Amino acid sequence: MTATLLDVGIVFGRVFFVIMFVLNLGGLLGWVERKQSAIMQDRIGANRASIFGLRVMGLFHPLADALKLLTKEDFRPANADRFLFWLAPFVSVFFALVSFASIPFGDTLHVAGRDIPLQAITLNVGVLYVFGMLSLGVYGVMMAGWASGNNYALLGGQRAAALMISTEIAIGASIMGVIMVYGSLNMQDIVRGQGTLLLGWLPAWGIVTQPLAFILFLTAGIAATKRAPFDTPESESEIIGYFVEYSGMKAGMFMMSDFLETVVIAGMTTALFLGGWQVPWLMADGFHFPWGAVVTLPHLAVVLLQVTAFVVKVGVMIFIMMLVRWTLPRFRYDQAMRLGWLGLFPLSILNIVVTGAVLLLFGRPA
Amino acid sequence: MRLGQRFYLIEAIQGVLLTSGHFFRNMGKHVAHALGRKNARGAVTIQYPEERRPYSPRLRTLHRLVRREDGSPRCVACMMCETVCPARCIYIVATEHPNPEIEKMPERFDIDLGKCVFCGYCVEACPEDAIRMDTGILEFSSYSRRGMVYTKEMLLSLEPIGPDGRPTSPVPIPADRSV
Repeated sequence: MTATLLDVGIVFGRVFFVIMFVLNLGGLLGWVERKQSAIMQDRIGANRASIFGLRVMGLFHPLADALKLLTKEDFRPANADRFLFWLAPFVSVFFALVSFASIPFGDTLHVAGRDIPLQAITLNVGVLYVFGMLSLGVYGVMMAGWASGNNYALLGGQRAAALMISTEIAIGASIMGVIMVYGSLNMQDIVRGQGTLLLGWLPAWGIVTQPLAFILFLTAGIAATKRAPFDTPESESEIIGYFVEYSGMKAGMFMMSDFLETVVIAGMTTALFLGGWQVPWLMADGFHFPWGAVVTLPHLAVVLLQVTAFVVKVGVMIFIMMLVRWTLPRFRYDQAMRLGWLGLFPLSILNIVVTGAVLLLFGRPA
Repeated sequence: MRLGQRFYLIEAIQGVLLTSGHFFRNMGKHVAHALGRKNARGAVTIQYPEERRPYSPRLRTLHRLVRREDGSPRCVACMMCETVCPARCIYIVATEHPNPEIEKMPERFDIDLGKCVFCGYCVEACPEDAIRMDTGILEFSSYSRRGMVYTKEMLLSLEPIGPDGRPTSPVPIPADRSV
């Protein structure tokens, strides 16, 4: 009985870790976005929120924002659909939050005779799960657009749906190349496959074996987060977007879901293309450098290094996505469609064909 | 458009390189500043209430009434400023000066700063150099129109701007505002 209780506790712990990681990172991104954009533009950025005169580089601003949003009036337009209007932000946040579940943040942890997979849920079709959950998130946006009873919101929701379809296909097709190379739909297996070495020294990360798919996935992934340069559903300068009628914490939840999707896309890019939790040349028992040196490490240190590597990689990916978001201007609606259907989609099909040909000729790496 | 520009990816990467260059350069300066090199500045921002850019000496700011040696206003209530004021924001009531050498002095000298356009004509017109606009005070505000009327006593209490470009006297509190 105690053993099963412990097992349940471990499962809850795994889920708790992932949820806390994604939620807190998502909340922190509000601060990251402000500060990073400020530093990129030779500004200082929000730094005035303080607790007892302590400012800590404006780190209290997300807290102040949340307090403000929670105390705002929760307004519902007279001709809005009461139930769907209420449901939409929850759907949006829910799917953004759960999609991180099957992304592994470390190798299997062996403690006291137990094997704990460092992953919220172990799925043998993890890639499809993340992909599916990410696509379902658009229902929240469409719901919000339709239920608001506002033509501009409807336009925004419709744009979100169109953008989602044109980019999700590119995401799916570019992932296909990775799945073909590593021969699995299980995220953990894909990450393990990236631990092998090409030519004896080059880690077989997805970015090495699938460079084109990496660019396509990143582009489509940024589009899937609905943030600039693909923020046509929002377009604050023209239609204000699907959440134009939302106020208070519900508007905050839509903003939050954008940040959560950024975290999920960063995590997925890390897992599929940047080797997930892999540290170059770190095997299960320590470092095996290509020049022959061997540094043995205890199991716990190895796992800790792997989790740290995963977090650092996710951070770097978020940094890059923020960089793109604050560099490029918004694509016009038709330009975004053209990029999705005439740029990303054919290229990702080409990537599948080339990958298949190479695999047929040379076989899988290691 | 060139082919490279149509392709967009190269242009996007160039843009990202530019902005990330700014990021890392500024970040390095911020870190150097935090580590003690106080002349390293990662931003061009002037943190306004604590930090001010030096004002030009000819900047026209809140008016003040110049005092004589005995503390009475130098103003002789000649009404020149009230006449020349295009916004008609000056209101003067004249009275006798206790000193028989001086003919008049203002009993009331109100400036409605809600109307004032800060043209400086009153300073130009004054034959006695009794009104100046050199206090360096820009932050006067009120919750009511009535509170924007600054009286003789308030205007007499003000001092000229300091040599460091900072106002030396505090902003006078209007009568209708408690804080």
